[in-house]
Amino acid sequence: MGDYAVMQRRTLLAGAATLGLAAPALAQAPVEIQFWHGLAQPLGGLLEQRVTAFNASQPRFKVVPTYRGSYPETMVAAIAAFRANSAPHIVQMFEVGTGTMMAAGRAIKPVHELLAETGVQIDFNDYLPGVRGYYSLADGRMMSMPFNSSTAIVWYNKDAFRRAGLDPDRFPTTYQALAEVLAKLKAGGSDVPMSTAWPTWAHVENFSAIHDIPLATKGNGFGGLDTEMRINNPVMLRHMQNLVDWQKAGLFRYGGRTNVGEPAFPKGECAILTTSSGFRARVQREAQFSWGVAMLPYYEGTPRAPLNSIIGGASFWAMTKGPAAGGGRTPDEYRGVAEFFRYISQPEVDAQWHMDTGYVPVRRASYAIARDRGFYRENPGADVPIEQLLRGGGQLTENSRGIRLGGFVEIRTIMEEEMERAFQGQQTAEQVLVNSTTRANQVLRNFERANRG
Amino acid sequence: MRKKVIFRGALLPYLLLVPQMAVTLVFFFWPAGMAVWQSTLRQDAFGLRTEFVAFENFTDLFRDERYLGAVLNTAFFSAAVAGLALGAALFLAVQADKKIRGAGLYKTLLIWPYAVAPALAAVLWLFLFHPSIGLIGRGFTALGITWDYRVNGGQAMAMVILAAAWKQVSYNFIFFLAGLQSIPTSVLEAAAIDGARPMRRFWTVIFPLLSPTAFFLLVVNLVYAFFDTFGVIHALTQGGPGNATETLIYKVYVDGVQNLNLGSSAAQSVVLMVIVIALTAIQFRFIERRVHY
Repeated sequence: MGDYAVMQRRTLLAGAATLGLAAPALAQAPVEIQFWHGLAQPLGGLLEQRVTAFNASQPRFKVVPTYRGSYPETMVAAIAAFRANSAPHIVQMFEVGTGTMMAAGRAIKPVHELLAETGVQIDFNDYLPGVRGYYSLADGRMMSMPFNSSTAIVWYNKDAFRRAGLDPDRFPTTYQALAEVLAKLKAGGSDVPMSTAWPTWAHVENFSAIHDIPLATKGNGFGGLDTEMRINNPVMLRHMQNLVDWQKAGLFRYGGRTNVGEPAFPKGECAILTTSSGFRARVQREAQFSWGVAMLPYYEGTPRAPLNSIIGGASFWAMTKGPAAGGGRTPDEYRGVAEFFRYISQPEVDAQWHMDTGYVPVRRASYAIARDRGFYRENPGADVPIEQLLRGGGQLTENSRGIRLGGFVEIRTIMEEEMERAFQGQQTAEQVLVNSTTRANQVLRNFERANRG
Repeated sequence: MRKKVIFRGALLPYLLLVPQMAVTLVFFFWPAGMAVWQSTLRQDAFGLRTEFVAFENFTDLFRDERYLGAVLNTAFFSAAVAGLALGAALFLAVQADKKIRGAGLYKTLLIWPYAVAPALAAVLWLFLFHPSIGLIGRGFTALGITWDYRVNGGQAMAMVILAAAWKQVSYNFIFFLAGLQSIPTSVLEAAAIDGARPMRRFWTVIFPLLSPTAFFLLVVNLVYAFFDTFGVIHALTQGGPGNATETLIYKVYVDGVQNLNLGSSAAQSVVLMVIVIALTAIQFRFIERRVHY
């Protein structure tokens, strides 16, 4: 009993001492900003370097980065945290989650509101239109903070081109010409002339933008939740038919969902691969052959093609703390979020990120910095994704602005499933488009119903 | 003289029951109740707008072709996994039960796979079956078989069945071996003296005596195939290609976690809950009656 009392007294003393010491420290402690991201190594480390640099640049705010798994896992974690009233201040959200976040009502703090309330200035006019359009409302007000953006481009094996008697410095610009190239590559000894990662992103979403055909009504969903799929159109059908035929003829090989199809390229298995421009670092490190990059081809004869492609990657969303009224954030916390956004928006920071990672610069000013430094002379082709995003003069149409569909993660999966059925010979290219449309419309209706009012 | 312990008052026995009841309530009834409640709701992902829809999630579910596809997949998958895992384990256990040199080592090695985490096991199988990096996958290609489980639903299903069954063989093996060792030698010797050959001895003496073990394992394996194979499927095929390897438990994950459709996901969980209750009831009811001891 005596021991217990002594211990208790000691604990109390220690507690008091801690409190006494901590109180003055607290007054000066920087405001902590929780930041959840979904980038694995090495990209995650590069991202956290930027956070460290921001923290060192000023004393008032401290951004605390945490890796929460892949993009979809980060998304689910942030949503679950919001429901439990402990959402992070900032979450990195992949582009397919954009529609869901836009409709998230009081769970998010739109960037335009955040900047207006805190008085922090960011010049969004300098941002690439394709980047800006993807993350803003139809009237141009920014909803989230663009950061790591990429687009789908072509990677090709120049050695395989040489072996097939093709000019390694001229990648075909049209799908008509590509069809001939695939046949020659096959004849020239390539087992898999072409494959793809992110199958729907490259061959449905970007394909539609480049050909200026709608993916969905209401400007791909920018105009409201009552949108319907429009992928069942002649241009899309022609391409889907080609992919299915090429798969059957051994000219194309479906490489699986997400990025699992990527390793086939640096290993030299497939001669051509369509995937993200962010693939660069890996190809540089692993490919034992000479390679090149090119813009995604288009079907000659399609009016208005080729237009700009659309972006992938992720943006940063400011979140409120939980469902309770008021959102549970202090003006200081919002200020810290805004300051961090301003920091990463600086052309110098953005240009360095672009050169370190292979993501595209999101601002014209950063593109100019990289060019002035001679980055594109030393890394031929590193400007292809940016030029592709600016193709068509940078004038975005309703079809090339981006995609704003609720439940888009599910819609992508649906399209991939239907494509996989066709590649197995279980259904035709037309059925892919018909079935995807029916199933995706159901998702859109459910989302509309759950998010109305 | 037996001393009877009788508690005075009704409070103490209830107090003694409280910890167990609390655990059951907090970890079973509460989440199960939440799932049932959630299954009657439609909600946006963030839980900001909620609509009570009664049984609509269920009626939608049973009208969904994909769900019926998942039911058929699950039935086929579970039967195949249980059959393969039980058959292989029984065969191995019978072999290991013989008087052979190094039996101890042999038994230990057979038990090892059980210690491998499901996701890890799946990755090992992936390394074997991957069309371009896998040993077996490349072997198939060399033999002229077009092997690509990413675009062939049949091959994908075969692969997840194999990986899931392999994992369970060890567990079954231990039980079968223990079952075999508890069969009295005198019975077998009597049968041998009566002139029964090994095969006949197996089917008329050993197998009936093993049937309680086999029945128990059948239920355990079915439950395993239903609920514990998520890791294997997730690591190998993610339910694809198409929906060829999408089982009920995997669909709960896809709809709830990936597609953020909590209402439908909860409805599917409730269906699974009913199935597991039924399986457990069958086990308790029939295991004691229908089988020989």
